Amino acid sequence: MIAGIDIGSRSIELVCLEDGHITLTRRLPTTFDPRSQLLKLIDGLQLDAIAATGYGRTLASQVLSDSGERVVETLTEIKAYGLGVSALVPEARTVVDIGGQDTKAILLNEKGRVLKFEMNDRCAAGTGKFLEHVANVFQIAIDEFGQYALQGTEELTINSMCTVFAETEATSLMAQGHSPHNIALGLHASIVKRTVNMIQRVGMKAPLVFAGGVANNPCIVALLAKALGEQPVIPDNPDMVGAYGATLHSASQGI
Amino acid sequence: MGEASYREMWEKLDLDLSAHDALLEVLGKFYGDIYMSQQGRLQGMEYLDFVLSEVHGLRIKELQDAKAEGRKIVGTFCVFVPEELTLAAEAVHVGLCSGADAGTEQAEKLVPRNTCALIKSFIGFKLAKLCPYTESCDLIVGETTCDGKKKAYEAFAEHAPMYVMEVPQQKRDADRALFKAEVLRYKDEMEKLTGKTITAETLKKSIKTVNDRRRVLQRLSKLRSANPAPISGRDALLINQVGFYDDPIRFTGAINALCDQIEQRIAAGEGVAPANTPRLLLAGCPMAVPNWKLPYVVESAGAVIVGEESCIGERNTRDLVDESGETLDDMIDAIVDRYMRIDCACFTPNEERTDNVVSMAKAQHADGVIQYSLMFCQPYEHESIKVGKTLESEEIPALSISTDYSMEDVEQLKTRVEAFVEMLK
Repeated sequence: MIAGIDIGSRSIELVCLEDGHITLTRRLPTTFDPRSQLLKLIDGLQLDAIAATGYGRTLASQVLSDSGERVVETLTEIKAYGLGVSALVPEARTVVDIGGQDTKAILLNEKGRVLKFEMNDRCAAGTGKFLEHVANVFQIAIDEFGQYALQGTEELTINSMCTVFAETEATSLMAQGHSPHNIALGLHASIVKRTVNMIQRVGMKAPLVFAGGVANNPCIVALLAKALGEQPVIPDNPDMVGAYGATLHSASQGI
Repeated sequence: MGEASYREMWEKLDLDLSAHDALLEVLGKFYGDIYMSQQGRLQGMEYLDFVLSEVHGLRIKELQDAKAEGRKIVGTFCVFVPEELTLAAEAVHVGLCSGADAGTEQAEKLVPRNTCALIKSFIGFKLAKLCPYTESCDLIVGETTCDGKKKAYEAFAEHAPMYVMEVPQQKRDADRALFKAEVLRYKDEMEKLTGKTITAETLKKSIKTVNDRRRVLQRLSKLRSANPAPISGRDALLINQVGFYDDPIRFTGAINALCDQIEQRIAAGEGVAPANTPRLLLAGCPMAVPNWKLPYVVESAGAVIVGEESCIGERNTRDLVDESGETLDDMIDAIVDRYMRIDCACFTPNEERTDNVVSMAKAQHADGVIQYSLMFCQPYEHESIKVGKTLESEEIPALSISTDYSMEDVEQLKTRVEAFVEMLK
């Protein structure tokens, strides 16, 4: 069995492959103890090779080597998403991944190779972390926040790019008597604006595949489709794409 | 020469000793991690290791000894200051500290927060009393290569003996005439500072000295085009950095010896990395000591840097001053011609820089280019867009990085650089 692990800031995903088929997927929150979470995730599995991606890829490689697993190597999320998406949607030419702390736009060639990419630097503005933060402020579960925002009827403008300042701006809008649904919609729109900007910077080519955990948010998907003028392709389990890409990388290295 | 006498010297220079100790400790650790951990380094690098370990010690002692003999110390920040004239007036010409986060809070009292890290750093080093070079200077020469610097020098002049020379921003006849007037003004200033007259004889000699250093760095650059790469980008950057403050004649000798070793290594088909390692050119802003963050990230990501298109690199070594002039006026003209060929991003238009980046990438057999700019460095941040388009049309993969001296973005930098290296494999 070959495995790929995507260790992100928010969650860790595992995808296992046997004879070219996905036979197992697992997911755990990263927490502040990713080491233990990682070991929990692979507990009881007999793995022939593992590849690790995500911001914790180096840590994963160390932890897994220490625990006696055979680690093929590490790869970046950019390559992993490129591999994962082009296996799932072979005609894909652009990938956007909104992750926990990073957003990436990736341009692929016909063979699924990464041609160009853009990634936010430093700040988590416009990422999953941003959504999580504002959902907390609204006291709404992150999984329901997209549906909540879709009930907005007027897209309010949130000007600030900073997570903390955007919260301040949302609070001011509330104080002005705006509906919380409209404010939530505005917050979603501000993420989409930044994401579209990044997609355009790599020179988007259709079709566009939207992967990563935030692709589960229906409001982001709807606003992205509106802004781009076409519906993004969303793979099943979009948050597993990175781990799947890592698995494919591991498989291509041979055992 | 022991540590105790250095402390006495630093005390006389009015350094903040405890803060300075902390800086040297960080620098030492940083150097150990980034340089000493490398495998298969050339023996000749021991000279550089020694020079760097004595960067605030022996070299400063030499400057103090030179002062005791009546020589003047001139500090500069830019490759536009004609070193030939400094040396012809028998003064010592050194680059100043500006490659680390130091004294940032103090610096932000003199310059706006949205100022590039390099400017904040040289001001910070001075205000925090951390740079023995700045403290040793009899004169600090600034230049008008960007708005950030030219305004910063106004504030800095209240804290240090400051002289500013004007660098034009275009390359028409009128600009050349302006720059010639500035070179002559600098000559007068050097003569006034040192009390020595610059003659055709002394200038000829110093032109040769500075050209020799450029020639050895050109030799090094050419050797780096070999595959496998015979020397790491980090080591080559260090050589270029040390060239700014070491004695030029001693430096030239040591680097020529190192180049002999590199030639043997190339002849034996050996390198610091396997032949299929992705080769990258770094292009853009200067990297003063100890700004090794990006080169370290790049080479840790499994690539090797084969050239620096930068002021601490090719921009400083590409052109020589014509040595055929016999009269003082001929030589001044030759100096003006050479310096007006510098392709700093402060010029408009500046097509030659784009051409140079492309031709350097080809000459060094680079697989890709990383454009490096300091945040808030308008000239290079602008040019990264323009140069990026040309590289794309030449089908040379490129990545643009805008960063500073802090470590807060290291993880994101690693991801971007590793992904770029994966693209090239």
